[in-house]
Amino acid sequence: MSFELLEKFRDPALCRKILDKMESELDRELRFMEVCGTHTVAIFQSGLRSLLPEKIVHLSGPGCPVCVTHESEVNAFLDLAGHENVILATFGDLMRVPGDKGRNLKKAVADGARVKVVYSPFDTLKLAKENPGDLVVFIGVGFETTAPTIAATMKMAREQGIDNLRILCFHKTVPTALDALLSDEAINIDGFILPGHVSAIIGVEPYNFIAEDYAKSAVVTGFEPLDILQSLNQMIEWRNKGEAHVANNYTRIVGEHGNPKALEIMYEVFEPCDALWRGLGLIPSSGLEIRPEWESFDAKKQFGIEIKESPALPGCKCGDILKGVKQPDQCPLFGKACTPANPVGPCMVSTEGSCAAYYKYKLD
Amino acid sequence: MSDKVLLDYGSGGRASQRLISDLFLKYLGNDELDRLNDAAVLNLSGRIAMSTDSFTVDPIFFPGGDIGSLAVHGTVNDVAMMGAVPRYITCGYIIEEGLPMADLERIVQSMGEAARHAGVKVVTGDTKVVPKGACDKIFINTTGIGEIIADPTPSGDAARVGDAVLVSGTMGDHGLTVLGTREGLDFEAKVQSDSAALNHLLVKLVRELPEVHVLRDPTRGGLATTLNEITKSSNVCCELTETSIPVRPEVKGGCSILGLDPLYLANEGKFICILPGEYADKALEIMRADPLGQDACRIGTMTDANPGKVVLVTQLGGKRLLGMLEGEQLPRIC
Repeated sequence: MSFELLEKFRDPALCRKILDKMESELDRELRFMEVCGTHTVAIFQSGLRSLLPEKIVHLSGPGCPVCVTHESEVNAFLDLAGHENVILATFGDLMRVPGDKGRNLKKAVADGARVKVVYSPFDTLKLAKENPGDLVVFIGVGFETTAPTIAATMKMAREQGIDNLRILCFHKTVPTALDALLSDEAINIDGFILPGHVSAIIGVEPYNFIAEDYAKSAVVTGFEPLDILQSLNQMIEWRNKGEAHVANNYTRIVGEHGNPKALEIMYEVFEPCDALWRGLGLIPSSGLEIRPEWESFDAKKQFGIEIKESPALPGCKCGDILKGVKQPDQCPLFGKACTPANPVGPCMVSTEGSCAAYYKYKLD
Repeated sequence: MSDKVLLDYGSGGRASQRLISDLFLKYLGNDELDRLNDAAVLNLSGRIAMSTDSFTVDPIFFPGGDIGSLAVHGTVNDVAMMGAVPRYITCGYIIEEGLPMADLERIVQSMGEAARHAGVKVVTGDTKVVPKGACDKIFINTTGIGEIIADPTPSGDAARVGDAVLVSGTMGDHGLTVLGTREGLDFEAKVQSDSAALNHLLVKLVRELPEVHVLRDPTRGGLATTLNEITKSSNVCCELTETSIPVRPEVKGGCSILGLDPLYLANEGKFICILPGEYADKALEIMRADPLGQDACRIGTMTDANPGKVVLVTQLGGKRLLGMLEGEQLPRIC
């Protein structure tokens, strides 16, 4: 999309008009959760956070892939770093994620581990070809946004006869996590801003349970200020009428049925499995694992990696923050023991985490 | 000479002498360097500014420049930011065995042209060749020295409430170019480094204006990090207007694809100028009259609202912190 067109979704006068309308229509506090970390950052970066009516409580959900990567998954890839004949390939966000004993990939590199930051999973094909004597292990984290590209990479590797590529598969799926959140009675959310990138793959239908089973509203939303304001405004209007709906407000990118081809490739290679989420624990059928017919790519099987529940970090409130029960600055560690330079919990780890966004952008 | 740099060229013997005379003196030579004494004799007076920097850029050739010209521009600019006229520079080359001689020649030639254009003499230098793998192709250290002509001398702790904050042009061009070239990323519109010597423009500025509080080149860490350093040192708040910060559309586009913020990307041919508000228009006039400052603009004001912090007033009129970069910027998952 051209920048000229994108600018229209940032029009200050139109944004002001919607903000004023929202202000006049709100008669009580409403709690909205944006699921995706990119939305969290967009809300802060655009300055919307300081302009939204006070009656809107803005919560950040479990949609940051780095934040929800479980500590035992982090320890698993850190254990592989420095392994003889292993080149780890990863997206940049994982480089600073802390594991146990203060370990992270940056330190592993300084200790001699071979770690390559890639911009696309397809880059791992070249890496594997250039290093035939080594195993290239790609750390597969993220949601439905990234999983199809990794599946396509595996298919290409098979077609090209590349046999030294492995995937450490920690993929998770978004709708199942939202179902788990909504079924928790301690959680009080009036509506969801649904992720644009994930929805471009899965479409809108997988979220219908939000309105049907829980009578809450949810809108698939783009990342520009007008996208976000329009979705919030829509949910306020529905709530005032006593209605709950799931809608697509990002039709310029997201089709009703998502991207069937991407879904087909994803489910050809992966199948649903139970998954551990950092801060949220075990959520049934919320992960993706490599199907048996593709197990020659499975780094977990090759290295005998088991992912286990572990005790919560003392004092860290990230679990409550990911569920929308607490705000980042209500955590006793926030900005003191836990900072972006020295993160304790998952929400401070990623640049898209809610604690990191609060720390980085919040003025008061 | 061999078509590749061999360890012999760093031996100090005849091979070294040939490298110096056939390459370094050919492109960098001047009356002082040509003497090949153990040290240079300089003619300087008054207050002196001195700065050193090491250049390890990867790739060594990129659109808009190379490590040779960059090593001159970086150090010349650092000296000039003190309101000084850069006069002399030194260069230390650490070369990896096996570097193609043609690449080395291209770098030294580029360094010579950059020095002549900046009006500085390379007066002393050093060459070491290290075994393959001991460094990445080539590292260059330069030290610059110049005579301070500005009074008061610009300094990072001299920003005051009411000062105007100006930049000489667009932000992020160099950082995105180097990153894009290193990773082989093909952006829709080509980007180019802004690497340039700013000393002639800066000399005009400090000669014609009665008072300049701060001059800084926002290199690593970019505009955001540099302004954070200044606000902390000066204990003032910098309030920036997002819409007035110049960023090329192609840089915005590339950053958007990679999940990077242009305000944290390195610049090598731009400077920040902070001075009393009443001189802002005159400063912009001087800057815009020079090709290196044609996109200059006022981007903000120093206030007493949040001392030590940089606050961004967004396009929508909201306010948020613009903090210091933590580590390097890394591309995101999605």
